[in-house]
Amino acid sequence: MAEARYGGGQRRAMDTFQDVLFKLKKYWSDRGCIIQEPYDLEVGAGTMAPETFLRVLGPKPYRVAYVQPSRRPADGRYGENPNRLYKHSQLQVILKPSPADVIDQYLGSLGAIGIDLGKHDIKFEEDNWEAPTLGAWGIGWQVMLDGLEITQFTYFQQCGGFDLDLVPAELTYGLERLTAFLQGKDSVYDIEWAPGVSYGDVRLAEELQHSVYNFELADVATLWKLFDLHEKECQRLLALAKPAEGGGLDRRFPVLPTYEHVLKCSHLFNLLDSRGAISVTERVAVIGRVRRLALGVAECWVRQQSPVEEAAEVAQ
Amino acid sequence: MSVPFLLEIGTEEIPDWMIEPALANLASLFGDLLAAERLTAGAIRTDATPRRLVLRAVELAERQPDAEDLISGPPVSAAFKDGQPTGAALGFARKMGVDAAALERHETPRGEYLAYRKKTAGRAAHDILAEALPELILKIQWPKTMYWGAKGGPRFIRPIRWLVALLGSEVVPFEIAGVHSGAVSSGHRQLGAAQVPVTIEDFDRRLYENGVIVSAAVRRIKIVAQIDALLMGKDLRIKEDAALLETLAYITERPSPILGGFDPEYLSLPAEVLITVMRHHQKYFAVEDGEGRLAPHFVAVMNTSADPEGLVRQGNERVLRARFNDARFFWNMDQQKTLANRVANLAHVTFQAKLGSYLDKTRRVQKLARKLAKMAKADPAPVERAALLAKCDLTTDMVKELTELQGVMGGLYAREQGEPEEVWRAIYEHYKPESMEDAIPATLAGRLLSLADKLDTLQGCFKIGLAPTGSKDPLALRRAAQGVVKILVEGRLSLRLSKLAGTDQALAEFLLDRVRYYFKDIRGFRYDEVNAVLAAGHDDLPDAESRLAAIQAVRPTENFEPLAARFKRIKNILRQAGIEVGQASGLSVDAARLEPGPEAELFQAFERLRRRVKRSRGKKQYQAALEAIASIRPQVDLFFDKVLVNAPDPVVRRNRLTLLHQLLSESSAIADFSEIVATEQPACAGAEKTEPRP
Repeated sequence: MAEARYGGGQRRAMDTFQDVLFKLKKYWSDRGCIIQEPYDLEVGAGTMAPETFLRVLGPKPYRVAYVQPSRRPADGRYGENPNRLYKHSQLQVILKPSPADVIDQYLGSLGAIGIDLGKHDIKFEEDNWEAPTLGAWGIGWQVMLDGLEITQFTYFQQCGGFDLDLVPAELTYGLERLTAFLQGKDSVYDIEWAPGVSYGDVRLAEELQHSVYNFELADVATLWKLFDLHEKECQRLLALAKPAEGGGLDRRFPVLPTYEHVLKCSHLFNLLDSRGAISVTERVAVIGRVRRLALGVAECWVRQQSPVEEAAEVAQ
Repeated sequence: MSVPFLLEIGTEEIPDWMIEPALANLASLFGDLLAAERLTAGAIRTDATPRRLVLRAVELAERQPDAEDLISGPPVSAAFKDGQPTGAALGFARKMGVDAAALERHETPRGEYLAYRKKTAGRAAHDILAEALPELILKIQWPKTMYWGAKGGPRFIRPIRWLVALLGSEVVPFEIAGVHSGAVSSGHRQLGAAQVPVTIEDFDRRLYENGVIVSAAVRRIKIVAQIDALLMGKDLRIKEDAALLETLAYITERPSPILGGFDPEYLSLPAEVLITVMRHHQKYFAVEDGEGRLAPHFVAVMNTSADPEGLVRQGNERVLRARFNDARFFWNMDQQKTLANRVANLAHVTFQAKLGSYLDKTRRVQKLARKLAKMAKADPAPVERAALLAKCDLTTDMVKELTELQGVMGGLYAREQGEPEEVWRAIYEHYKPESMEDAIPATLAGRLLSLADKLDTLQGCFKIGLAPTGSKDPLALRRAAQGVVKILVEGRLSLRLSKLAGTDQALAEFLLDRVRYYFKDIRGFRYDEVNAVLAAGHDDLPDAESRLAAIQAVRPTENFEPLAARFKRIKNILRQAGIEVGQASGLSVDAARLEPGPEAELFQAFERLRRRVKRSRGKKQYQAALEAIASIRPQVDLFFDKVLVNAPDPVVRRNRLTLLHQLLSESSAIADFSEIVATEQPACAGAEKTEPRP
């Protein structure tokens, strides 16, 4: 047998949750990624942050990594289930375009957090990804480490309804699971977040209270009202996006604030869903409403990035 | 001269289930290329791992044979004038790029023509392959492809990362998406080097040294043998699972099984749940003890060579523990609300946008189930109760998580909640049969519920225009219809097919098509027998099956096929006379008007067997009935030899036609013999396709 390619180095003291974050950020920073902070609105996944949803559009190369707290109201379990969370943390990495050695780089990142791949079993199992509300889909795998799904690996093909100019690789690490694996914990709440501080110490109250709100107390009528308001504001802004000369869009046009209303709608939809307030017939229609907004924003973004605008930027 | 050839397409991990069809496609594309290019080769064989498709050919010709083409020019009469080449001849020579003196003459049926014998030296296989391979590789068919570079770039199942193409010791040079072919392969991701130089001779050995077993057959054998070794002396064996074995052989380059365990207290959960978690979610083999009881163990197959510190085993055990904990949590939570109390929740589960929720479906299925039970003379109460509860497990956490267990979970929960055995069993098995190989439900209530569920889906979808077209059948309506047919036949349920289809003509035809498919392709009856039997009635499928079995049994006897040919003739004669078989002619044979000899003898023979046939038919003893009918052949033969049916006297003629009509009618209730094709002229594939439909 040849030498193992991804050494894990010496056995070390147990990494805390935050150590794992630091190491992965450092690893991807060393490989040319901008390290971003989480987007400061509720999102269901790291993909929805504009750093992914919008930046993958258009011909500009981009590399970014960020930890995105991701909220899925229906997955909340009042802090009682050891593996299910209302809000979990994703490390989201976008490599656009995807380098030829992207899988080697990914496996290297596991080595960087102390996983000696010579001693573990890694499998790439087919798992294609699709987000109908974003008009996005991709081809990829779930990465299995000793039978545990630790990462979703996707080659984006379409986003916002557009075939992508450059196919990015998206790596989404489930940080709680990964850390539980590294620390040998059966419950995420027992993970050591920082020395002497458990994940439960930091987050249990949040899980419990949001579960109570999402499943029991959220006022359905208010949520619908908010949904309508954000949708209207988004539509109003999209209507203002008049094409400039050559089909472009003025760089002052607030594409990013418009997108924030899409995110609000998406989160409100998830809340209504977890509240059991969306009927069978409504469901498809509401997804369609969010999708239309998302596609509209994606189109604005692409127009704003058009060659005319880029040329102007270069000239400056 | 011939040389061996090797092609390796190195990719990122290809989904296991797509690999074998792709290999078959690759081999056929390569065979087509060789044929089109007139290159001969010995055996072509393919191999694959998740990261490589390999094609090898032995004794590939190094070059094409030289070719010679005779290209016709102008007729000789127009090519020369006074012995000198004309403009036409010179023009042709110029076009061929030769001197006029190099042209020759050749005879054709239209006269003598000028011609040029063009000799083309055969091209080297090396050049042909270099030119053709990129396109050939990208032509491999996949269920879904991707691009991985810039928009408009090549598409494949997963990114291509390396290419090995060797003809003898030489690289066949080409490029796909920036990857150049060479003589460097790549080893196992963890166990091998990223770059592994290879030759045709040492390819398998070099890859083996780098952690890769190229042959899926070898990987399969290794998995099986090592599992045997793992379990030896432990009074344990895996639950056989050929499909899982296939998957594991194609998601590993270096498979190694390991034995793991779980806390026996989880065995208090239903075995169905534990097995589904292990099998579908973790790709583990479940393990049984000597008595066939589920044991607290599992076998996982790693994609690496060993687990010296037991880390992989521990990791897998932890994952399984978490999944079993979830399952136990779901099991306990789901029990807090009975199925009966979940019926109203079905309003929130869509069945189909236009067909409403599962609550709507439940109401329809209940009604239909009651009707079917009455038709089958069964007690409608348990079937109706089962229909009410059958879909309620869709609202349970367990089924939301383990969708494969729909129906099964409902049955298990119903049992826990004290529903009678007839009811919970019917729920448990109401999705069966899930394929043509799967068994039908074991109980009558289960069969009726399964029928009602499937028929409701079929009736609904046909009503809103979702009948399958061509290969498109997203709602698996063919499978549903096949399930209906299989249950009716194998469950011996004589429910009238025409009633089941309702008033929908398209659905009736769709079902009949599935009946045909079932008898022909699943049961292996000959197509003409199926046509003959169904032409005589297809409303009662168990009865049709009995008639088919009878025909199959009687067919090899000497009288059957010749008699069938006679019956075909009788049918034609009657048709020409304007008498349709099956319709009562309203006439009886006037014995006094029969001509002594063959005609009278036929009538007497017929009168003799008539009662026997009727009695046998009444008891559904179709073979005896057919044998009786077949015994009349000598009299029929003699009749046709000696008697003119179309006698000049209209009364005599009418009498004869009546005799023939009665004879044919008596047999036609079992099968329409005119559909039988004589075995002496075996039907070719084409004939089967164009078979007339009754």
